[in-house]
Amino acid sequence: MSLEDHLSTLKYAFPKTLPILAGFAFLGIAYGVYMHSLGFQPIYAILMSVLIFAGSMEFVAGSLLLGAFNPFSAFLLTLMINARHLFYGISMLDKYKGTGKKKVYLIYGMCDESFVINNTSRIPSTIDKGWFMFYVTLLNQIYWVGGTTIGSLFGSMVTFNTDGLEFVMTALFVVIFLDQWMKERNHISSVIGIAASVLCLLIFGTEHFIIPAMLIILIFLTLIKKFITKHEVIS
Amino acid sequence: MMSLTQQIIIIASIVIGTLLTRFLPFMIFKSNKPTPKYIKYLGYVLPPAVFGLLVVYSLKDVTLTSLEGFLPELLAIGLIIVLHYWRRSMLLSIAGGTVFYMFLVQGVF
Repeated sequence: MSLEDHLSTLKYAFPKTLPILAGFAFLGIAYGVYMHSLGFQPIYAILMSVLIFAGSMEFVAGSLLLGAFNPFSAFLLTLMINARHLFYGISMLDKYKGTGKKKVYLIYGMCDESFVINNTSRIPSTIDKGWFMFYVTLLNQIYWVGGTTIGSLFGSMVTFNTDGLEFVMTALFVVIFLDQWMKERNHISSVIGIAASVLCLLIFGTEHFIIPAMLIILIFLTLIKKFITKHEVIS
Repeated sequence: MMSLTQQIIIIASIVIGTLLTRFLPFMIFKSNKPTPKYIKYLGYVLPPAVFGLLVVYSLKDVTLTSLEGFLPELLAIGLIIVLHYWRRSMLLSIAGGTVFYMFLVQGVF
């Protein structure tokens, strides 16, 4: 691909990541400040954002480092908190096909937000889909690492009132959900996603609801498989 | 307090765990072989359910015991729905909802 093509792909990808820029700058800075407040040198927060790149897990990592030394339970906890990536992977199997060497990074950088954008964006035929997804993933990680770096270096100097800014991530997920809702022919999967999650949240609480919710979603969608055909799901 | 080596081992465990959750589906279902029909089906039907899960996940700390525990979220999401049905512009809906939420938690509740 020529430099011009790269630039036009980047130009197409950038606006799609603007909400993530706002959200990650804020959350990344918050994470840097948090790690700073726990007494860690800036390099810890920065390295974790580069190597782990999974927001909620990175917050947990901070407290794990201050607890008793137990790598196996840290490993298991990571599998549980990040189990939702399994669903992202299954959903992206086909979309990441044929993307060449970029595929390794696409999978490595597959956070909630990159998954959501790469899964839902309609990409015109003039834009290379592999490079588009690559730039979306890369930009998002740059925002996150950038925010973390700023937060861990200068976090204590932030003065303007940012209360409520974290809602930008909720807003993103609501809009993605809504957009999907408006274009799908039936709402079975959307409804089961909300219903199973709310139900499990009420039963298992905020810390443990994700895995049971994923199991219910999986079982339910498997049970109704014979009633749903492919073109019924995607319009 | 852990030693530096212990810290590195903990961080490595988290990194390996995270990599595993991301790479596992791609390691099981290789791209040079056709993906099983059931997995393909899941790939099509899962995303809407996962978006729903993410919405609930991002709202998990909402409480119903006091008005300020849920009303800002409820009102902001209401505005997002109106904006999105009106203009269907992602940026407008997200920015409008977020600014309104910030106004609510900073100035009203």
